[in-house]
Formats: sequence, C-alpha cells, structure tokens
Amino acid sequence: MSATLTAAAPRRLRFAVSQEWLLAIAILLLFVGVGLYNPRFVASRNLQSILLGNAYVAVAAIGMSMVIISGNIDISVGSLIGVLASVSGGLAVAGVPSVLAWLIPVAIGSAVMAAQGALVAYLGLPSIVVTLGMLSILKGGLISVTNGVWISNLPDNYHLAQWSLFGVVPMPVAFMVVLTIAAAWWMRNTALGRSIYAVGGNAEAARLCGIGRERTLMMVFAVHGAFVGIAAVLFATQLSVIQSTVPSNLELTIITASVVGGVSILGGTGTVVGATLAAVLIAAIGSSLIFVNLSPFWLRAVQGILILVTVLADIYRRRRRGLAR
Amino acid sequence: MSERAAPRRLRLPIAAHEAVLLTILIAALAVLATLTDRFFTLDNLLNQGMLMTEVGLIAMPMTFIIVTGGIDLSVGSSLGMCAILLGYSWHNWGFPLPLAIGFALLCGAAGGFVNGWFITRLKVPPLIMTIGTLALYRGLAEGISQAHSVRGYPDWFYGLGQGALFGVPSQLWILGVAIIIFGVILARTTIGRSLYAMGYNETASRFSGLSVDRIKLGIYTASGLMAGLAAWIFVSRVSTTRSDMGSGVELDVIAAVVLGGTSIFGGTGTIAGSVLGLVLIQLLKDGLALTGVKGDATIMVIGTVLILSILITSFAERRRDVARMARPPLRQTATDQTATKQGGTP
Repeated sequence: MSATLTAAAPRRLRFAVSQEWLLAIAILLLFVGVGLYNPRFVASRNLQSILLGNAYVAVAAIGMSMVIISGNIDISVGSLIGVLASVSGGLAVAGVPSVLAWLIPVAIGSAVMAAQGALVAYLGLPSIVVTLGMLSILKGGLISVTNGVWISNLPDNYHLAQWSLFGVVPMPVAFMVVLTIAAAWWMRNTALGRSIYAVGGNAEAARLCGIGRERTLMMVFAVHGAFVGIAAVLFATQLSVIQSTVPSNLELTIITASVVGGVSILGGTGTVVGATLAAVLIAAIGSSLIFVNLSPFWLRAVQGILILVTVLADIYRRRRRGLAR
Repeated sequence: MSERAAPRRLRLPIAAHEAVLLTILIAALAVLATLTDRFFTLDNLLNQGMLMTEVGLIAMPMTFIIVTGGIDLSVGSSLGMCAILLGYSWHNWGFPLPLAIGFALLCGAAGGFVNGWFITRLKVPPLIMTIGTLALYRGLAEGISQAHSVRGYPDWFYGLGQGALFGVPSQLWILGVAIIIFGVILARTTIGRSLYAMGYNETASRFSGLSVDRIKLGIYTASGLMAGLAAWIFVSRVSTTRSDMGSGVELDVIAAVVLGGTSIFGGTGTIAGSVLGLVLIQLLKDGLALTGVKGDATIMVIGTVLILSILITSFAERRRDVARMARPPLRQTATDQTATKQGGTP
C-alpha cells in the first residue's frame, strides 16, 4: 500500500512536469512547422506582436490557475479586465501620474476579487454564480458609467511597452516571465502557496491540518484580483485608444489557457508555468492561422479542440495511474 | 418510510422560495405598472413573452441538468451552431428548408449527446466539458459561416418567430407546451424523482439501481435539442442567421434557473421556479428600459438580483439548518430507522 503510494508520487510529479514540456515542445513545433511554411511567421516583428499582445492573457491566467486549483472558477475576469483598463486609462488621461494609473487598478482588482472571495469563502456561495452575477454588474456598470466613450490622448509615458528590461525584453513580456516564475516559486515553496493545493485537493483534510479554508480562499481571490489588475494594465497600456467595452470572450481564453496548461478543474493540481505556456501557444496558434492561409474564424474551434484534447489526455493519464475518480 | 420523508423536506423550502419570488414578481409588476403606463399592456407583455422564449426553452433542460448537480455552458454556442447550420444547409448546400430545420435540430441534439457521452462515459466534469464545447461549437459556427450572414428566407418561415395563433405569438405556445412537459416530467415521473436523487447523492442513486448515466445522457441531449429549437425560433424571429447568435445566452439561462431557486449544487429546484425566475428577469429588463433606465444598467440590476437571491437563499438555508439542529427529535421521528438508532446511542 505504502509502496504504491510512494511510487505514485514521483511519477505524478514527472507527469506534472511533462504537461509543461509538452506545451513547450508544441510551441517549438508550431514555430518550426509554420516557420518553414511561411518564414514571415517567425520574423521578430511577428514574434514580438504575439508575445506583447498576449502577455496580459498569460498574467490573468496565472491568477485564474490559482482560483481553479483552489476548486473554484471565475467567469467575471474578462469584464473586470475591461473595467480596470478603462479605470487605468481614465486616470491617466485625467492627469494622474502614470505610476498611480498603473497601481490603482491593481488595488481595485484585488478588492473586487476579495469581495467575491468573501462571498464564496465565508458564505459558502458557489463561485460560478457569484462571478456570473459580478460579470453582469461589471459589464453593465462599465457601459452605463462611461456611455461607451473611447479613451484616447493617453499620455506618452503611460505606455509600458516602450520600456524594456535590459534593453531587450519589452516590459509586458518581462512582467509575464517574472510573475510566472514568482508565482510558481511561491505556490511550490511556501506554506501559503501550498495551502492552495491543499484546500483544492481536499478541503476537509486541509482543515484538519490547520489550514483555514475560508482564509485561504479569500487570499486566493485577492491575489487573483491583483494579477487581473496587472493584466488589465498590460492590456490598457498597449492600446492607443481604450474602448470602454468588455473584451468579448476574454474569460474563455483565460480559462482555456489555465486548463490547457494542466490545471485540473477538479482542483488540487496544476502549475502556473503551464498556464503561461498555454497562453503563448494559443496566441501563437491564432497568429499562425493567418500565415498558413486559414481563416482566423477557425481559432475558437481550435481552442475548443485544444481544451478537449487536454482534458482527455489528463483523464487517460489518471486512468493509467489508477487514480480515476 | 424514509423515502416519504425526503420529498416533504425537499418541497417545503422550494415552495417558500417560489412564494418569495412570486411576491417579488407581483411587487415589481405593481411598481413598474405605476411608473409607466406602457408597461402593463397586453401588447407589451406578449412582446416580452416572445423575447424570452429562446432563453425559456433552454432553461427547461438546464433546470434538469442543474438539479442533477451538472451544468451546460455550451447552450449559447449550440444555438449559434444550429442557427448557422440551418441557414447554411439551406442557402449554400441546397437543402430544402424543412430538411434544413430538421438537420439543425438533429445537430443540436448531437451536440448535446457529445457533451453527455463524454460526461458519462469518460467522467469529464460537466463544467470543463461544456466550456470546451462552448468554444468548439461557437468556433464551428464562425468557421463554417466565415462570419457571413444568411437572409432572405421564404415568408412561411417567419410564421414561427413573428406570427401569432389566437392572438398569442406562436413561439409562446411552444414555450407553454415545453414548460408543461418538462414540469410534469420533473414533478410527476420516476425520471424526475431520479434527477433529484442524482443531484442529492449520485453514488447512492447508482447503488439504488437508477440508470444514472442513461438519464444524464438524455438530459444533455435534450439540452442540445432545445438549443436547436431555440435557434430555429430565433432565426425566424430576427429574419437572419449570424454566427454570434446566442452568445452569452448560457449566462441568462443559468441566471433564470438559479434565481428560480435551483441550487447549483444539485438536489433541489422546480420548473415553476425557473419560469418565475425567467419572467422576473425579462419583466425587470423591460420595465426598467421603459422607465428610462438604459439597457446596460439593467444588466447590472440583474447581476445584483442574482447575487442577492442566492445570498438570501443561503441565509434561509442556514437558519433552517440551525433550527433543525436545535430540535433533532422532530426530524428523527419522521424516520423510524434513525429513531431506533438514536435510542441505541444516548
């Protein structure tokens, strides 16, 4: 009994690693394959636009992964990014220093998510319903407050992408990489980070180990909110005009990135490195459709197939390990 | 003995929730009727009924699914896929229109069947399965149509979405029939009782010999079929087919069902509740729009109502649980088995 358990543990770790390697290999194959077919796909300009344009999806997917690992889901994320982007842009245009225009949305995002987390954690409301209600509130609120006015004339020093780390890595990409590594480290090596897995894997066992389910869930949502805030700022600062609407289906893309990245919707397993790689893969697939002369309208179908294949592979692996539910 | 006690315990809080909803509905009607004289007219109410038919039709099987503790997020995309298949099979592939309609309904049912098959056979969690097909079916709609629309249907086709029978819009008759069929199935048949049992405790249901998987397969297929039916009515009502049709409908449907008192955790809920939730949302939208509130602000109100309603329900449940714990003998006398057990252990 104990032998099988100890044997299973390292194998599970290896599989957890393999999901990320699998994604990395898929990204590499995609770039090589499509690059051979159409070299313009791997031109540095296109690579940069793929990474720059989608860094915010990856950052939001980090937070989403934490929420899903804790056994919850957040479908208000797209609306919140839309609202916070408008807040950030609005502040910048109103003459608030850019640093504040970047930081305030992060604080608001964290507060809004913490409020939702409180409803989920302390009142036991299902996260899918709470975030569904919040989606409507944010979406309706944004358009009725701003009347759908577009925000333009953003100050020059507002755009984050004009700076780069060490002169080579553009700021949004640097944010994506650093936040992914930091979050992965935090979730793997600190007690707080590990408690997310514990609560998502078995809330009762976690409670018996002295990990408070309520406090952990609150923390997860608050941290997720901060990531969503950063994502919103990355999203807003790459635009020259911010439309006061909610980016459509953004929540779907973010959840897809988390799931394809290897986060189990049942809670308890997955890493944020996979989520970031998956976000890059999805963005790269979207871009590659154009370069192989396929209509970009097929992108969503590809996303759907990607989710289903990932889930099936996950189930197949669990079955082989005999850990099926 | 214990079986008889269970439904009684189940029915009471639901009835209370429906009474609360009905009271809110009547109050909302009264307030809105005094605020504007254009609201409480037969024309307006029938028109609103027309607008809520598509969501209503999908809300019926969704109630079943949520009662079993599942969820189907793919319904909006199924609607879009069926609408596109209806339009494209007729316009581009040369199907006769009646055949195209049948084809769309069949594809809807097939889409639901795929969900059900994966969920029952491969044990994919419903949430993740239907998020996957939410993307896939919408992607198929967009990919097949390349975002082109189809127009110019023959006149008879519009009868369903824009015509009327005995002064009542035709699709409302269909909705009425659907409500009765689904309502009777849930409240008065073995299948209906099985749905509650599955939502309450799936493992126990399985061991009690209920064909859990077959019933699940059936309700997810029904969900896809109703999405197809809604697509037909939708296309007929708005006279055109677009690939973005029905996006976000899943959220409206779930909001109506949850507002109607069906717990997202499964085990409770009624069709009557879902209908009340549906009507309440539609009248609130319409009434607020007529009193000058802009469309987007009404979405906000609905989100708030949704969160408040589950808050109130959750508080009510807690108080009931506390009350139940405070006086255990009352509950135990209902089941002699537990009563004797109780007698054995003081």
